[in-house]
Amino acid sequence: MIDRRTFICSGVMLAASGAVLPFSSNSALAETVTLPFGNGERPLVRYPQKRLMIGLTSRPPQLETPFSVFNEDVLTPNDAFFVRYHLADIPLEIDPDTFSVEIKGRVDKPLKLSLAEIKKMPAIDLVAVNQCSGNSRGFSDPRVAGGQLANGAMGNARWRGVPLKAVLDKAGVQQGAKQVTFGGLDGPVSDRTPDYVKALDIDHARDGEVMLAYAMNGTDLPLLNGFPLRLVVPGHFGTYWVKHLNEITVLDSVFDGFWMKGAYRIPDNSCACVDPGAAPKSTVPINRLNVRSFITNLTNGAKVKAGGPTIVKGIAFDGGTGIKDVSLSPDGGKTWQAAKLGKDLGKYSFREWQLSVRLPPGAQDLKVRATNQAGQTQPETATWNPPGYMRNVIETTSVTAA
Amino acid sequence: MTLHRTALRAVSMMASVAAIVGISVAVRAKPVSYELPPETAAFKPGPNLEVVQGNCTACHSADYIKTQPQGPKFKKDFWQAEVMKMIKVYGAPIDEADVGKIVEYLSQTY
Repeated sequence: MIDRRTFICSGVMLAASGAVLPFSSNSALAETVTLPFGNGERPLVRYPQKRLMIGLTSRPPQLETPFSVFNEDVLTPNDAFFVRYHLADIPLEIDPDTFSVEIKGRVDKPLKLSLAEIKKMPAIDLVAVNQCSGNSRGFSDPRVAGGQLANGAMGNARWRGVPLKAVLDKAGVQQGAKQVTFGGLDGPVSDRTPDYVKALDIDHARDGEVMLAYAMNGTDLPLLNGFPLRLVVPGHFGTYWVKHLNEITVLDSVFDGFWMKGAYRIPDNSCACVDPGAAPKSTVPINRLNVRSFITNLTNGAKVKAGGPTIVKGIAFDGGTGIKDVSLSPDGGKTWQAAKLGKDLGKYSFREWQLSVRLPPGAQDLKVRATNQAGQTQPETATWNPPGYMRNVIETTSVTAA
Repeated sequence: MTLHRTALRAVSMMASVAAIVGISVAVRAKPVSYELPPETAAFKPGPNLEVVQGNCTACHSADYIKTQPQGPKFKKDFWQAEVMKMIKVYGAPIDEADVGKIVEYLSQTY
């Protein structure tokens, strides 16, 4: 037995307390799943800190949450939370004791805050949905290029961290500041590829809700979800939720980097849509989540008892006004019944809902439609835009009652 | 920006040794070392395969291509636009002479 002192002397002290997350080859399964659109076959893959996930790409890793997870709990477990990277140089070794985030640019006092210093600041907790801009892109009709995802590039978690406002106040934002940019440890393989940098307007950045989160559902962030610190932008698409956040820069201009000016843009109109196949006249950066709802306990092809009570349940969410109403149609949209809403975990969270219906014998289309507190609801037919963003059509689940 | 990796990789190897000999020490620093599963997706055989492998795999795995929509509407024009996006937007150092070969492979193979 090697004694402890030997280890300290040989420098293994640090290592011995480290968390090594090896990939276990014997858990690699050759199973596949077929998503319900053309060319939808995907491998089911296992990564450290993750349960079996739908593998979209391996380098950089992109993992989709199997939809059944959303029926388990209103909070999406960390080990099932989707993963989306853009650039393949991702940090695989991170020491939280040396990790720090820099606050610079148009500030009175440029800062470098260690993770420990951030954790000493007054913390806030907030439940919020993180949804990928490209969630559901595989259902776009006509199809469009990009990550071909079904509905599993979303998740709801309780985030704990410090308000970005508190961090910016520490550094002292100067007069004339217009935007704040965010960068993480991950980067491109080639220095000719634009690094992943996102921007928020200064007032949004200082709203007290945008946060630097170091915990997710009561524990450290999984590495692939941004360990040890990520930006949380409640009500906004995941593109802004920069992972492994280590650079915050205050600008006196509007940021013109590729990931704001060239990508993640939507048609500049109220539906964020154009005629299928058309090009938008003008675009704006994607921003708030639109209202969506899903049935989670019944899948297409499910068999239910005719005439007997059938419990239908699911989730609804929007970009932060909160869910006002969820209605279910048991007959393909002819009639609608109000569902009972579940516990309110806050206006940025998934809201559970439930309803008991009696279905006549035969094939039945169940439809679910949510309305938010601003009165916005879901369209009967899917909207379309060239990047395949913001799908929020009323979802249909076809079941057979017998 | 990326962390300095080589030193940390050595640390993670030593951590494995420590785990094997069953040492328990006071937990303070918790460097995390993450091992990605091996890449399994491969390019299908097709014309100019070596040009595609030489140009595309530096930045991303083959499944980026394999999972795109397929069918008659996703042939030459679709792949030409994708290859040009890789060059113009992402700075892929693809020789002009290779563009046609890559597009030919992608249109005929996927």
